[in-house]
Parts: sequence; structure tokens; C-alpha cells
Amino acid sequence: MNVESLVRVEDKLYYNRYLVDIGHPHVKVRAHTTPSPQLLALLKACPARCYELNDDGQVEITVDGCIECGTCRVIAEPTGDIEWSHPRGGYGVQFKFG
Amino acid sequence: MIEERFDAIVVGAGMAGNAAALTMAKRGMKVLQLERGEYPGSKNVQGAILYADMMEKLVPEFREEAPLERHLIEQRFWMMDDRSHVGMHYRSDDFNEERPNRYTIIRAQFDKWFSSKVREAGVTLLCETTVTELVRGERERIVGVRTDRRDGEIHADVVVLAEGVNGLLGTRAGLRARPRPDNVALAVKEMHFLPRETIEARFNLRGDEGVVIEAAGTISRGMTGMGFIYANKECISLGIGCLVADFQRTSQTPYGLLDQFKRHPSVAPLIAGSEVKEYSAHLIPEGGYKSIPQLYGEGWVVVGDAAQLNNAVHREGSNLAMTSGRIAAEAIGLVKSRGEPMSAANLSIYKKMLDDSFVIKDLKKYKDLPPLMHTQSQNFFLTYPQLISKAMQNFVRVDGTPKAEKEKATLKSFVRARSWTGLFGDACRFARAWR
Repeated sequence: MNVESLVRVEDKLYYNRYLVDIGHPHVKVRAHTTPSPQLLALLKACPARCYELNDDGQVEITVDGCIECGTCRVIAEPTGDIEWSHPRGGYGVQFKFG
Repeated sequence: MIEERFDAIVVGAGMAGNAAALTMAKRGMKVLQLERGEYPGSKNVQGAILYADMMEKLVPEFREEAPLERHLIEQRFWMMDDRSHVGMHYRSDDFNEERPNRYTIIRAQFDKWFSSKVREAGVTLLCETTVTELVRGERERIVGVRTDRRDGEIHADVVVLAEGVNGLLGTRAGLRARPRPDNVALAVKEMHFLPRETIEARFNLRGDEGVVIEAAGTISRGMTGMGFIYANKECISLGIGCLVADFQRTSQTPYGLLDQFKRHPSVAPLIAGSEVKEYSAHLIPEGGYKSIPQLYGEGWVVVGDAAQLNNAVHREGSNLAMTSGRIAAEAIGLVKSRGEPMSAANLSIYKKMLDDSFVIKDLKKYKDLPPLMHTQSQNFFLTYPQLISKAMQNFVRVDGTPKAEKEKATLKSFVRARSWTGLFGDACRFARAWR
């Protein structure tokens, strides 16, 4: 049984509270034609499923649901595949319980 | 630039940052603390267990004031395969003491309270402020920070980097390396709400008694990882974490593991009917002693998770964080009281004091265990849990097979899976790393 197909991450993120910094994403994917193995790993490893493949086979990010764990930084920043910062002060996920 | 000058700037309002800020303020120092979240705790994620001994050293009266969940009277270790668990439980009425030793807490709530104590002591706290850069002065000395606020440059004699496992400042300034995928675990967690009475009935608890379960085995699908279930007053913290390098290697998803853990027949009844109110994720430093970076330099010290101070074997982190924060602050206080500059040579006393504490002593004791667990993850997290589960079932199932035959079959299953030399080697390696 494929467990992943049964899990809707979007539903999980819906529990959380965010202050989205519109127009200022804190993580950016470097422009590429073919994604590196590191970028492809993020499709699975990101716990908020922020990374997706677009129709042209490139990896894209939507940071709105990011829970700021830093996994993508550890995997894909060393290769220069992504630019990673913290959100601006006050923005991003605001944990009620943590 | 903000003209006001501070004795110290603390970056971060987690356990380490709060401990450092509080300790310095109590010594009469002028301290500025910067936190990027909306309020202290809003970016902090932990299981979470609070260790009273280390907290008492900071706020002796915390038991009367702090938002605590349950005091722990029981610890369960579960070795799991897909349908069973072999458990070792320790429960003692001794833990129903006047000054309990460990509590479950909810970090966002606890940190808010902790921060109120820090501010009462005189620390200036600025929230919603992300520090973007360390400012260098003469001879590469750190002389302050730059923030994302307008006119955001602030100067101080010393900067305490309590910026957490993902701290960017130290890495960007070249003070330490970025965490490696084999040195950090990614843990995902959910908060499951249930009526208080339901939690107490399901976990066999009275009043504010609490229990925690730490679980390992096939739940991590051969990766180096652990699950946890902590009973709070009206909710259960449930999560699972594995090394980032293992996620990268196996293409397993963190939420897939979490859901599988929740559906395990030993776990599902504990959370049945609960309402989930939050989903979080966090990195945990797992590299141990060998991954500790340079802890001090010209005008700076690093504390807590940012310094990889986490005991992966005992699942202790927050107590190492608050102790390193306190010790760093005491070291800074010492340098200041002598009227000397915050140079690397003078701040080196922080490392000496930390070396003498349980923080470094414990990490040193287990210095070889993280690499062993990482290289032998298939054996320790998959093969052995399965073998032990089968052995236990064989032991308790009554089916007319003579006991001698049963024992022979169990022994044979171990030898078949790992061979005599393998078994012997694993035992030796484990004993050596534990010692």
C-alpha cells in the first residue's frame, strides 16, 4: 500500500497559522533546465511539500506553507540549488504549540 | 544605526537564548535580545520534555509559575516491528515527588512565560526582528548585528548566538559549517487533542501524572530514527524523526512515516478520536561530540542547538541548551567583571566551563554512538527489532512446541540474520560506543 498517496499534506498545513510575506519568498530555487539530484530529493523530503515539479520537469517552490525546518537548506544549499533565508521578522509560520 | 550600546546582544529567544539573556541581566548587564517570531516561542518546536534541575538553576520558582503540562512518572521504550512492540517500561511512584524531575511542556506557551521572566530581569526584547548579518569591526572582531529593521545596525561588546539549529548568522560569517545531512534529523510532529480524562485513562495516569513513549524499529523503515508520544494535559504530542541523509537516500516522505506510525496497532488506540491542531517540523542536531563547532571567538559565543549541543541517545536537548546558555553568560559576566575585553582568549573560559559540565561530558561519553547508529541503521532499526519481536512472540505463544525447540529456533533466526561473527561484532561495537 502506498502510504504517501493517502496523506494530504495540505490538510495538515491548514491547522497551522501563517503570516505570509507576499512577494518576498524566503527560499528561492535557482533557475535550471534539468533538476539536480538534490533538488529532486526535496520533492519527497520537504515535510510541507513546498517543492513540486512543473510541466517542464523543473522544480518549483511555493513557500506559503513552509514550516521553516531547514531540511532543504541542509540538502540543497551547498550545491547552490536554492537560496535560503529566514522570513523577514514577524512573517512565516507562527506556532501556537510548537 | 541604533545609537544605544549594549553589553550583550542575544540572537534568539529559545531555551539557550533565554537562559543566556536572563543570566546576564541578573548580573546587571545591559542586554538586548532579538527574536524573529511574532512572540517568543512562535518559531520553536520540541517534543517536549522540560528538565527541572536545569530550569531551577535559572528560575527557582518555575514550578509555581510556568505553564507545565504533566510531571513524568513513567518512561516507555518500545522496539517496534510492523504489528507489535517489545516494551521496557519504567514507572515509579518515587517520581510523584514534591519537586518532580521532568515535565512535559508545550514550547510556544512555555517560552512565552520564560521570556516574561527574562524581561522582568531587565532584558530588552525585540520580536519580529530577523538578524541578517553579524557586523565586524577591527581585526575581524564581531561588534554587533544588522537586522531587517530600518536603521537595523546595533552594537554590543559581545554577541551570543542562540539562533537554533538553522542559525544562518554563524554560518554566513564563517564561524561554523552548515549542518550536514548526516548530522541532523528531521522530525515531524502533530498535536492531538483529547479530553483530559481520556488521556489519563488511556495512559493509566492520575491527576497531573505523565508518561512518555520513545519508539524505534521498523517505523523508521531502516533509517536511523525514532518516534515519540508524549502525554500532555489535554493533548498528545506525537512525532517521528530520521536523519536527513536517510530521507535523501531513501526518498521516504516524513509525513508518510508519521502516518504509518499513527496507524500502528500499538499507537492508533492511544490517539483514536483526537483532533489535530498543529503540524510542525524541526531539525535536531544528531552529530554529537564530533560535530560541535568552535564555541567562541572575537566578540562572540555560540550556545544550544546552534552549537549542535544535543544528546541524541538520551533525547536531551533543551537542558543542554539552557545550561550552555547559562554557562556562556556566566563566562561573559566573569570577563566583564574583570574589566577585560570580550576577546577569544578571554571568552575561551566558556569552553573550559562547558567542558567541566555534564553537557560536554555526556556528549563525549557517546561520541562514537551517532556514527555507529548511522552506518548500521539497517541492523539496529530493522533487523534486530524484527528478530526480537519474533523471539518474544515465540516465547509467549503457547502451541505445544517444546520450549527447548522454541529456544533453538529463536537462536537460529538470529544467527541466520546476522551470523555469529555479525552478532558478536554488533554487540562489541555497541558496547564500545556506549561505554
